[in-house]
Formats: sequence, C-alpha cells, structure tokens
Amino acid sequence: MTRLVALLLALLATPLAAQTALPPAPWADRQIPDPAQERQARALMETIRCLTCQSQSIADSGASMAGDMRSQIRERIMAGEKPEAIRQWLISRYGDWVSYEPTAAPILWPLWAAPLLLLALGLLLLRGRIKRGKQP
Amino acid sequence: MRRLFIWLPLMLLLAFVGLFASGLFRPDDRVIHSRLVGQPLPAFSLPAAASDRPPLASTQLATGKPRLLNIFASWCVPCAAEAPQLMALKQAGVEIDAIAIRDARPDVDRFLARYGNPYARIGLDARSAVQIALGSSGVPESFVIDGQGRIAYQHIGDIRADDVPMILDRLRDAQ
Repeated sequence: MTRLVALLLALLATPLAAQTALPPAPWADRQIPDPAQERQARALMETIRCLTCQSQSIADSGASMAGDMRSQIRERIMAGEKPEAIRQWLISRYGDWVSYEPTAAPILWPLWAAPLLLLALGLLLLRGRIKRGKQP
Repeated sequence: MRRLFIWLPLMLLLAFVGLFASGLFRPDDRVIHSRLVGQPLPAFSLPAAASDRPPLASTQLATGKPRLLNIFASWCVPCAAEAPQLMALKQAGVEIDAIAIRDARPDVDRFLARYGNPYARIGLDARSAVQIALGSSGVPESFVIDGQGRIAYQHIGDIRADDVPMILDRLRDAQ
C-alpha cells in the first residue's frame, strides 16, 4: 500500500527544471488565438530543427532553447511576418542545417533527380521485358 | 553491358559498406557554427544582468579595439569551469563583455560572487533572443569582436586553459 502511494505521489511530482529556473517564454507552449496564424506557426516549427536536441524539431523538443524559439516564431507570426521569411532569417544564422525543409541548392540536385532517374531505369527495364516477351 | 549489370548489386553493396564504415570511424561533428562570423554583430540592447555591472548594447562592442563577448548562464556547469580562463584573459588585458542566457539577476550575482567577475558589462537575454540572432546554439560560447563591431571568431564550448593563447592570437588578429 505504501509503495502504491509512493508511486502515485511520484507520478504527481513535477520534474525539476534541468536547464534553467526561469519559466518558459510566454508563447512557447501557448497557441496564437487566431487559428490560421497558429497553423502557420505550427507548420514552421515542425520544420525547424532544435539546436539542443539535434534530431528533433522545435515543435517536439522540450529544451528551453526550443521553447524560446517557438515563442519567438509565434510572436513574429503575430507581428505579421511570413513563415518563409523567418525560416530564411534562421538559415542566415545557423545555415541550411536548421531547416528540415529541403532546399533547391545544387548539393540536393541528385536528391531531386533520383525519382526521375529511377523512373527512367524502371521504364528501360520494362521495355526490355516487353521486347523479350514479344519474341516467341 | 549485361556483364556489367551482374556486378552492379555487388558494387552497390560495397559502396554502402564503405559509407557505413567511414561513418563508424569518422567522429561525428555536431557543432553548429554561426553563419555570422565575418559579419557585423546584429543590433541589440539588453538590460543589466548583474547588480554591479552596466547593461550591454551592440553599439558598445564597436569601440575600435577588439573585445571578447562571452555567452554564459549561471545554471551552466561548463561556464563555471571556464571562469578561471576568462579571469586569465582579463589579466592579460582583454576587455570581456557578457550575455547571460535565460537567467535572473540574483542567480547571476551569486554565480559571479562564487566564480569571479571578469566582465565589464553584462546583458540579460531572458528569452535567448540575442543568442538566436547571433547564431549561437548553446552556452558557453565566446565571440571575438573586432574594433568595427564585426564577429571575427566564434569559440564553441568552454575556453580551456590551452585555448587561452589561441584566443589571445585571435584578438590580436582582429585588431
């Protein structure tokens, strides 16, 4: 019984802030009242990489810096800034690395070309098959 | 032509094995460098972070003389480890300003009382806004700022004892 109570109490306890004693920034975990703006902010946050936990987007990360970035993105969207302008601003600070959205930079041309090349290869193979099938 | 095709899967396999092996043996570099190195500091103006030091604005960093801008926080353990090196730099005549990230004045005061205060000015960046504008991704980081207020060098992580001569060289080069 005491064990069960201890377990339940442990579930209620709030974890200690691991990084800072400050409360999160005002718009870190609060939605913008205007749903259209919140949608825009959310879409952008899901494609911006967290600098602390590098495999997560800032929308998913609990790091305090990700919270500060979410808050800043919401504040700037509320001020009327376009999401792509905010993305470019972040890229000018941290490089393409910070954005999960693939760019059209030359280094990614093979990536964009890959589906076309694979399709062409497939058609080539198919043509070979059809030709061979026709021969009795 | 056909004979070449037979070897293709094996070649692909070898290429992948080579790729994975190189990934295994090459240490992963996860350090994110600021793209602003070589460019002017973004404009900012921050309130004072400590009781006995003035606040910090970007205009105060372009003084015709290179300065060191240290990004730290009272809650950051490597920042405490870095304190003796900053003190040594100060004793070598370097002017050091600081930005305290996500911090509160009583905490900064306590931190400085405990580890020493090598800073001329300290700005408080409560929501990491200036940190993000600088392209900095963590604490501690140090920026060498030249006399015109341009970022000459970014040091990521704490300054170790053997980094001190290199930092002094960078400051001299930023003249």
